[in-house]
Amino acid sequence: MTTVIDLDRGGAGETGETATRERTGALIVSGLTVAFVRNGQQHPVVHDLSFELARGACVAIVGESGSGKSVTARALVGLTGAGSVVRSDSLLLDEQDISALSPRAWRSIRGRRIGFIQQDALVSLDPLRPVGKEIEEALRLHGWGTRATRARKAVDLLQSVGVPLPERRAKQRPDELSGGLRQRALIASALALDPELIIADEPTTALDVTVQAQVLALLEETKARGVSIVLISHDLSVVAQLADTILVMRGGHIVEQGDARQVLEHPRHEYTRSLIAAVPSEETRGRHLGPDFEITATPHPEQIAEDLRDYDGPVLEATGLVKRFPLPGGSSQLAVNGVTFSLGRGETLGIVGESGSGKSTTGRIALALTAPDAGEVRLLGQDWSSIPESRRRRLRSRISVVYQDPLSSFDPRWNTERILLDAVPDDAYPTAEAKRGRVRELVAQVGLPEELLQRFPLRLSGGQRQRIAIARALAPSPSVIVLDEAVSALDVSIQAQILDLLTELQKQLGVSYLFISHDLGVISHLSDRVLVMKDGGVVEHGTVEQIFHNPQHAYTQQLIASLPSLDADPHRDTIRR
Amino acid sequence: MAAATRTARVGAARLGLVGRKLLSAVIVLWGSATAAFVAQASLPGDRATVILNIRAGQAVERTSTELAQINAQYGLQDPLVQQYFRYLRGLLVGDLGVSYQQYRPVTQIIGEQLAPTIILTLTTIVLAWIIMIFWVTLTAGRGRRISGIGSFVDTVTAGLPHYWLGIILLLVFALGLGWFPVIGGSGIQGLFLPALTLAIPLAGFMGQATRTEFENSLEQPFVLSARMRGMGDLGVRLRHVLRHSALPAVTLSGWALGATISGAVIVETVFTRAGIGKVLTTAVNTQDLPVVTGVVVLIAALYVIANLVVDAIYILIDPRLTSA
Repeated sequence: MTTVIDLDRGGAGETGETATRERTGALIVSGLTVAFVRNGQQHPVVHDLSFELARGACVAIVGESGSGKSVTARALVGLTGAGSVVRSDSLLLDEQDISALSPRAWRSIRGRRIGFIQQDALVSLDPLRPVGKEIEEALRLHGWGTRATRARKAVDLLQSVGVPLPERRAKQRPDELSGGLRQRALIASALALDPELIIADEPTTALDVTVQAQVLALLEETKARGVSIVLISHDLSVVAQLADTILVMRGGHIVEQGDARQVLEHPRHEYTRSLIAAVPSEETRGRHLGPDFEITATPHPEQIAEDLRDYDGPVLEATGLVKRFPLPGGSSQLAVNGVTFSLGRGETLGIVGESGSGKSTTGRIALALTAPDAGEVRLLGQDWSSIPESRRRRLRSRISVVYQDPLSSFDPRWNTERILLDAVPDDAYPTAEAKRGRVRELVAQVGLPEELLQRFPLRLSGGQRQRIAIARALAPSPSVIVLDEAVSALDVSIQAQILDLLTELQKQLGVSYLFISHDLGVISHLSDRVLVMKDGGVVEHGTVEQIFHNPQHAYTQQLIASLPSLDADPHRDTIRR
Repeated sequence: MAAATRTARVGAARLGLVGRKLLSAVIVLWGSATAAFVAQASLPGDRATVILNIRAGQAVERTSTELAQINAQYGLQDPLVQQYFRYLRGLLVGDLGVSYQQYRPVTQIIGEQLAPTIILTLTTIVLAWIIMIFWVTLTAGRGRRISGIGSFVDTVTAGLPHYWLGIILLLVFALGLGWFPVIGGSGIQGLFLPALTLAIPLAGFMGQATRTEFENSLEQPFVLSARMRGMGDLGVRLRHVLRHSALPAVTLSGWALGATISGAVIVETVFTRAGIGKVLTTAVNTQDLPVVTGVVVLIAALYVIANLVVDAIYILIDPRLTSA
């Protein structure tokens, strides 16, 4: 991994004009304003943004969705798209003004002097072409080498970003590679011509935590070679490792800007403070991440409470779950292998694992949506996974689920009220009036105003949708809610609010959560006990303290070590791999 | 070792896939041949009389001796099942019977006329692709107004009747400008206008199917990645986006291959070209049933082949489909 990408700088595509100037990657942005024209009106999305980036330094732009951070990144390469108006006092790359370049001049800069890395290479690399071809394309566009030398160079580049068996990988398509390998391939295509400036827009979002650590280490190495980096992220803990300067954006404005350590340790602006406070971790257990709020949750209707009175064992018990999925060509994949757990009343069990670890399949088996090949699940001490669906229906209302993307589980033609009415059980609320009353109770419970009931899901914000999904899950007053990556797609401040809501609901209702997530921070914040899964099996099982402070299994240790934290250490001399 | 067994397994799976495709192709052919036979057998009137009348060109009562000869020649008095198996056996060895009217084997009649039609059809498809790619690349995803014009033109051209379009092209390019011959020769010059007549509406159809997918693909992150590498707009459209949006047009091309052959008759009439279309209409008009049956089976066979080719091209365009 110490291979330095050697490049003949005066290569074929080099124009005389830039060859004479020293390329340092120093970037000066001042007064950058971006607006989009819609219906003849300008809607500004970035206001008066200024920063300076020195050679080999990293500036991070942090903000939530809609803050204008990605638009800023694209403005730096002149690709803000149709209908955009970009103005700036100056935009200097190596003292060359790049604010008013011709399209042709821009093309010669993109890829050669500025490399761009997007999130999730599964869609950021052409899914129909081998990754090697994409890297070759970057070389070809700037007239580098011949077909044969480009192919060799692509393999070298893959090797230099730590891709094993680069000859073979170069011939594979993104969907044939793991998330980490294809993100490396994407980085290789951005580094192909050894640009002096890298813009990385959410380079680790959608990656597993161990892969994220590897990609950040790779960027860190690139930075150490003297390449300047503009890093865009929604996640403060990701930028903490790499950034020298941090810009915090909200609604198109810079709210705070300064030295990375100072911003992280002594934030001056209230918004920065709330962002930092909203990051869930083990230390934040038991306290609210977001602003205070008040809800009154309605306990079980009498009839259901009656049913449960005599039972006080675990609400959900799984023993020896096994599930195989057939693969094309006759073999099969062991998705879940011998998973055993029990969930007590009012307790939260966190299941953490990376993609493909079998955590979601375990959740589906717990919900009796997927039948296990072996083992069984008992719900409230009664047979659950082993009985036919017709006999399960009686218990169905005792367990419910919230998914990552609630929009796809809502009928888009139903308004919020109808979505919730549909979920209120007939036996507990026999009349239409009682049902409507229950729906009003539910929206109040999840902290939403009643007016929202008339809206359609498409017109709701991400946080509101997730609240409605929780309200729907609560409708039948279940004993267990399975939360499958329920906060993973949300901005950190919205995530904080939803986590606070879940904590409060549990306190008032005594409901149990089976909380499935890839995010260790969220898991440690919310869970009482944790199950660590890898390749379908449980590698470790324990309380949050045990797992996070004294992990026994090597894999758990690796996971915990990969967890980015807000404590930026400028004197770090070891690169975590 | 593991790699070898994996390759072997994938190979076996692929072989099974090919086997299934071929089996379904055979079933389709058998079905269409049977349908053609049933239609022929259930026509009203005495077949021997019909044949004699076709040959004589006039409808009169025939004596039983006249009929007996025809009945013996075509085996018309045999049980239907026997006739059916004789017909199937003929198909297997490539014998489609003898035309009532021309006294010649049907295979010979079709064989003479097949080449011009196939050439016309393939030229049509190539032209349609060129027109479609040019027009979609030029207009798709270029702001509301230009995209609107683009898709409006798609819709209008897709609805143009061949008959009308052919005459307009003939009037403008052959009679008016004199660039092409009025009566279709067998050379390339005579091929262009008929092929264009068929290609313009087809390009409109394909454009309609491709445009949405093209505009979706333009919004994909990998397009942004390509532009961030320094690729220009045209390069992105031709090298990345087109491939992603081509699948619907490939499907339509397979359909067009079959449809053009049966629908070529109008163009062949307008441009006085030889071809299968004309053979079919003449045969239908004169009730020359062996020829009709032959053409029906031929068109079914071409559809089957077209679909097999389409399946293969699918996998070339989107290699991910192999594993699905």
